[in-house]
Amino acid sequence: MKALLLEGSTVLAAFWMTVRLTAISALGSLVLGTLLTAMRVAPLASLRAAAGCYVTVARNTPLTLVLLFTGLGVGANLGVELSEDIATNNFWLAVIGLTAYTSAFVCEALRSGLNTVPVGQAEAARSLGLGFVQTLGFVTLPQAFRAVVAPLGGILIALTKNTTIALVVGVSEASVRMREMIETYGDQVIEIFLGFAGGFVLLCLPMGLLFGRLAKRMAVAR
Amino acid sequence: MSYAALYEAPGPRGVRRNRLLAALVALALLGLAYFVYVQFEARDQWAAEKWTPLLRADVWATFILPGLAGTLAAAVAGVVLAGVFGLVFAVARMSEHRWIRVPAAAVVEFFRAVPLLLLIFFAFFGSYMVIGVNISAFAAVVFGLTLYNGSVIAEIVRAGVHSLPKGQSEAAYAMGMRKNQVMRLVLLPQSLRAMLPALVSQFIVLLKDSALGLIVGYDELVDRGLNGIAANFSNVIPAAILIAAIFVVINLGLDRLAHRLGATRTTRP
Repeated sequence: MKALLLEGSTVLAAFWMTVRLTAISALGSLVLGTLLTAMRVAPLASLRAAAGCYVTVARNTPLTLVLLFTGLGVGANLGVELSEDIATNNFWLAVIGLTAYTSAFVCEALRSGLNTVPVGQAEAARSLGLGFVQTLGFVTLPQAFRAVVAPLGGILIALTKNTTIALVVGVSEASVRMREMIETYGDQVIEIFLGFAGGFVLLCLPMGLLFGRLAKRMAVAR
Repeated sequence: MSYAALYEAPGPRGVRRNRLLAALVALALLGLAYFVYVQFEARDQWAAEKWTPLLRADVWATFILPGLAGTLAAAVAGVVLAGVFGLVFAVARMSEHRWIRVPAAAVVEFFRAVPLLLLIFFAFFGSYMVIGVNISAFAAVVFGLTLYNGSVIAEIVRAGVHSLPKGQSEAAYAMGMRKNQVMRLVLLPQSLRAMLPALVSQFIVLLKDSALGLIVGYDELVDRGLNGIAANFSNVIPAAILIAAIFVVINLGLDRLAHRLGATRTTRP
């Protein structure tokens, strides 16, 4: 317990990094995932195929490999530099990797949400003269979103836990701090582990409750 | 499921417009491919000496096959132990005794909420302090995979048993079966069929998660690919592409298996 109290500020700083990684990657995944969903149901076969390939590859590759690819491959080997500052650069590379991976799961969730929207909704929209983009954007996707609030919450929780893997890109978030502290305060290993685990429980528990409640409130009555 | 209800069947003008749009999309994709090509070219990523090692038999024998063996060993050990853990804790969580049910629920919920990497770090770096011996990287990875995936499997099993009609257990009790006979002979075998697809998709998650072994120095596929091959031939990108392809092929095979077993895969990150 002593170590956690003594190092309280650095532990909080590490968790703040976890929160920032999660928040930005979540926004990015939501946007990219929605775009991918639109592409996967588009009238153009080439768009469907491109999005389908992307999702298949992204969700079947280990996140560790995705992040190493963005860190070592895109960052070091292709020389993509997002910031002068190394820490900021690594942060954004990690965000890119997490977003690329998570958006595939957002896309899958949204697509299964589209399946719950009755065909009559799209047909009615078309009979009003709406085109594909309008039908999807104003009628079917909003209903699909309401149907998949709970799965999206599950994806957000998984993303929060997955940010620990950002350490392979060199982002010092909670897992890095935990490893350092285990090595420094060898006599308090169990307390340190429980402290960090508790931190994640504290982050994820409210998310689960919030999304559970939102899912009930936003469910479409049919 | 087709999404053709989202748009009208195109008329003559629509067909022309779609052709134009398809051409534009193809052009954009080609442009993207060209951009990647140029970036690779500028950084000398197309050099033959970066790609040809991936075709050499000795590279496969030294790095890829041992790495694959490491990944599969961790995954198989993880699947077996997580299966046992999941079954035990699912049954414990459905127990009639409060003093079994509540602790089992707490354990399952705790390990589901903790990032796998923290479990692996705790086992690998903390084992000496906690149990007095340093455990191997393999043991640390399997420890983490077992506790995390075992908890998820416990929930899958519990959901599967709850999905059975109540009449099944009532009939079994009416025949004079004891509690453990009802669970063992009637409920679990039936629910196993219903939850096989979910179990297979969890195995895919487990297989992908075994790549975390790289962080504690376990010789699995991603480690052998990026720290083995890439260190020798400085070809991070080609090696990463090959390793990703191997994972995609294995996972699609498992996916197809899940499909054949009955339902579509429920995706979990």
